Amino acid sequence: MVPLSYYLILSGILFACGVTGFLIKRNIITIFLSIELMLNGVNLSFVAFAAQLKSLDGHIFVFFVMVVAAAEAAVGLAIIIAVFRTRETLNVDRVNLLKL
Amino acid sequence: MHLALFFIFAAICVGGAINLLAQRHPISSALSLIVVMGSLAAIYLLLGAEFVAAMQVIVYAGAVMVLFVFVIMLLNAGEEERIPRASRVATMLGVPGLIIGLSIGVWVVSRITGLGEIGIGGPTVMHGTEAFGNPQAVGHLLFRQFLLPFEITSILILIAIMGAVVLARREE
Repeated sequence: MVPLSYYLILSGILFACGVTGFLIKRNIITIFLSIELMLNGVNLSFVAFAAQLKSLDGHIFVFFVMVVAAAEAAVGLAIIIAVFRTRETLNVDRVNLLKL
Repeated sequence: MHLALFFIFAAICVGGAINLLAQRHPISSALSLIVVMGSLAAIYLLLGAEFVAAMQVIVYAGAVMVLFVFVIMLLNAGEEERIPRASRVATMLGVPGLIIGLSIGVWVVSRITGLGEIGIGGPTVMHGTEAFGNPQAVGHLLFRQFLLPFEITSILILIAIMGAVVLARREE
């Protein structure tokens, strides 16, 4: 029997790692990967609470989070490709103007 | 047994997440994120969420990460360069951000579990003999109670596909 708090602590650690990567990384793709890591941390707490409450609603929510994450990855990577075409860089410090 | 498996996969998970932060090359970061997602799928199986575990492997570790690796290789992204005194603020806020995030997480956990101390212990997750999150049960819920949100996600995916095509198209 694993205590619920263990799952929540693991979820918090993953989310904090994602926030840290979002802040300290300068490569735009790595920043995107950190966002995915944060989403995964949140999904873990959804599933843990679903198992605790014996309710399947958490699983449905995780399903929708995955759908939104897939859509977000498609659009975000397209934006990254568009930025790379005009700027020839992936460093967010060099992309400091909205105008392409 | 569950506890030992949980600790093994949690250690792999945290190790992958820290490796994601430590690596300089985007490909290494992407591969360590795949490790994190794979071990998270095993943890979902421990929680009885069969459908979510399968989706985690197929959609996340499969489709989404293949897309990431494909784009990294398409753009030929090398090691990230450090520009001195470019965004020092974000770098300095990173480590305090990690500490603050962790403490907020521990605080929330200790409040939810109703324990005054750090929140170790608390209610245990009951592991039934049969997995209750099998695809049949989730499908029943998804196609009856949540049918309208499910159909709306198809429109969302359609918009995302069209947006990706428009954004990545070469301007003439």
